Amino acid sequence: MQLWGFALEFRAYIIRRLALVVPVLFGVSLLVFALLQMFSPVERAALYVTDPKQFANITEIIEKYGLNDPLWVQYGNWISQIFHGNLGWSKVVSLPVTDAILNFLPATLELAIFATPLIILGGIFLGSKAAAHKDKAVDHITRAGAIMGWSLPTFWLGLMLLMIFYGFFSGLFPPERLSTAMNIVVHSEAFTQYTGLHFLDAILNGNWQVLGDSLRHLFLPVITLTVVQLAFIMRLMRSSMLESLGKGYILTARAKGLDENTVVSKHARRNALIPVLTIAGYIFALLVNGVVITETIFNYKGLGWWAWQSAIHLDIPSVLAFALFNGILFVLTNLVVDLLYAKIDPRVRLGGQAA
Amino acid sequence: MMGLRFVLYQLKKNPLSIIGVAILITFIIIAILAPFIAPPPEGHYDRYMIPRDGFSPTPQPPSEEHIFGTTEGQYDIFYGVIWGTRSAFQVGLIVIGVVLVIGILLGSLSGYFGGIIDEIIMRITDIFLAFPALILAMAITVALGPSLKSVMLALITVSWPPYARLIRGDILVVREEDYVEASRGIGSSHLRIITRHILPNSIYPTLIMASLDIGAVVLAAAALSFLGLGAPEGYADWGQMINFSRNWIVGPPGDPLAYWYTVTIPGIFIFLFVMGWNLLGDSFRDILDPRLARR
Repeated sequence: MQLWGFALEFRAYIIRRLALVVPVLFGVSLLVFALLQMFSPVERAALYVTDPKQFANITEIIEKYGLNDPLWVQYGNWISQIFHGNLGWSKVVSLPVTDAILNFLPATLELAIFATPLIILGGIFLGSKAAAHKDKAVDHITRAGAIMGWSLPTFWLGLMLLMIFYGFFSGLFPPERLSTAMNIVVHSEAFTQYTGLHFLDAILNGNWQVLGDSLRHLFLPVITLTVVQLAFIMRLMRSSMLESLGKGYILTARAKGLDENTVVSKHARRNALIPVLTIAGYIFALLVNGVVITETIFNYKGLGWWAWQSAIHLDIPSVLAFALFNGILFVLTNLVVDLLYAKIDPRVRLGGQAA
Repeated sequence: MMGLRFVLYQLKKNPLSIIGVAILITFIIIAILAPFIAPPPEGHYDRYMIPRDGFSPTPQPPSEEHIFGTTEGQYDIFYGVIWGTRSAFQVGLIVIGVVLVIGILLGSLSGYFGGIIDEIIMRITDIFLAFPALILAMAITVALGPSLKSVMLALITVSWPPYARLIRGDILVVREEDYVEASRGIGSSHLRIITRHILPNSIYPTLIMASLDIGAVVLAAAALSFLGLGAPEGYADWGQMINFSRNWIVGPPGDPLAYWYTVTIPGIFIFLFVMGWNLLGDSFRDILDPRLARR
């Protein structure tokens, strides 16, 4: 009986939460469309121009895509183009925007695959360590480290790392994704690109040289991406852990004679993790912000590098498509996080906002 | 509500916050005295444009004439970082000032009147919060045409929603207080109730959050400038100065750290500036969250 009620209630929550996503996604598309409207019809026609020669027929293109129509008609046209997978033309890489995104996604995924676990596990470990030893040396060091890490400009950190590990230790950890020689190997007939993730493809192909080279190139960008956000989670985990350590159930656990290790890792840390989960969506946003800067510094050709190139070349369709893509992804990430949260913490789905 | 005197007393007890305050005071002095520390050359048309000493692309190391050296294009690094302090304060204060006005206005409307107004304003904040902030700011800057003004407008556009939400939440609490009810009872206008009774009692956390966000705003502006979307070339701006150093990270063979000053010096300025705000912010958080402070 109880279980039945639980399932119903959880389903009601999911439906409520899903219903919220639709207006937000609509709003996200409206906002991007509004930014697009800051340009003249001629400039907006550039969305669909794949070859400079087409500029001769610019009026036809404006006519064809109805760029002088009333706004709501234009919005309809624009959104239906997007649903058909046409996000415009990226002149920086001479590819349709959709292809460009798919092309650059693996490189960025590769960064995220290494950075995310480091950020989350490292942050949780250091944060709870600091809280468990409040006001001891460990706490002071991690705290000072967190404040300093959080104040570091990502772009400066990356450049300093390059200066030391690429300059001073000549070429130890180079920029870009692969060395020229390995790039040729990767694009040769003998090497199958299963996923586009170089390190994974290298393992699947059994090519250890490519693997080593790929990891060497990943090292600095991953560190750059990690440091700032690690500091953020560490700080959050510390205060969440401190709060959890002050709760009654910790007193109970101690009173019944559990050793300190069990109290900290089994009782306090698990409960302290719940607030950290709620900001998982925010971590995603930080990661995306960081990726643009990191990839720019290291000339690491992924989504962020492409967005930067598009931005400085005033390639409007690409920049807006990138914003739209990340907006949608962010909304969906938050949706998943909320659902997970509701599953873990029953107060959320019972009380709505009250919890 | 917590008295200002109590906060100041707590701040004085914490060594970290004293360091933070000291760093910020130093920067304020640098900003005020900029015309004396790094006097603009005679007949210089715009004080915020860094004077150049020739046009050679290779940065020059620190010398008597240029104590921090020069960047590519011979912009004086010392002049740039000193006047860049002013630019940093300007960007931070203007952006946060406007964000506060928008946030307080929309947040009060939302929290005080509730109902459909609240619903509309909150759904709008949802939309702005649906983007990773820097990405949206980047798109807005590109749409407005890259310039320092666009960067500030973009940062304002992406920064106001959390403020509107914070103040709305605090107003929802204060709205139910007896003195608000009493004022309503004697027939005060909505405007009077909001400005005289509700805001003075709910604005405190928002103001603190705002003052501490200045560091973050300056960091974001510097990032956009670094990406090449901000200040015009030669403008005294820390982010841009680091952008200037991008091609000079690694020196000639045999002397890999030859151009260390181009990236290190402006970076230290940004880092210290942001850390000053964060140190202050961290202690504020501890003071305002007595649950943690007590232990």
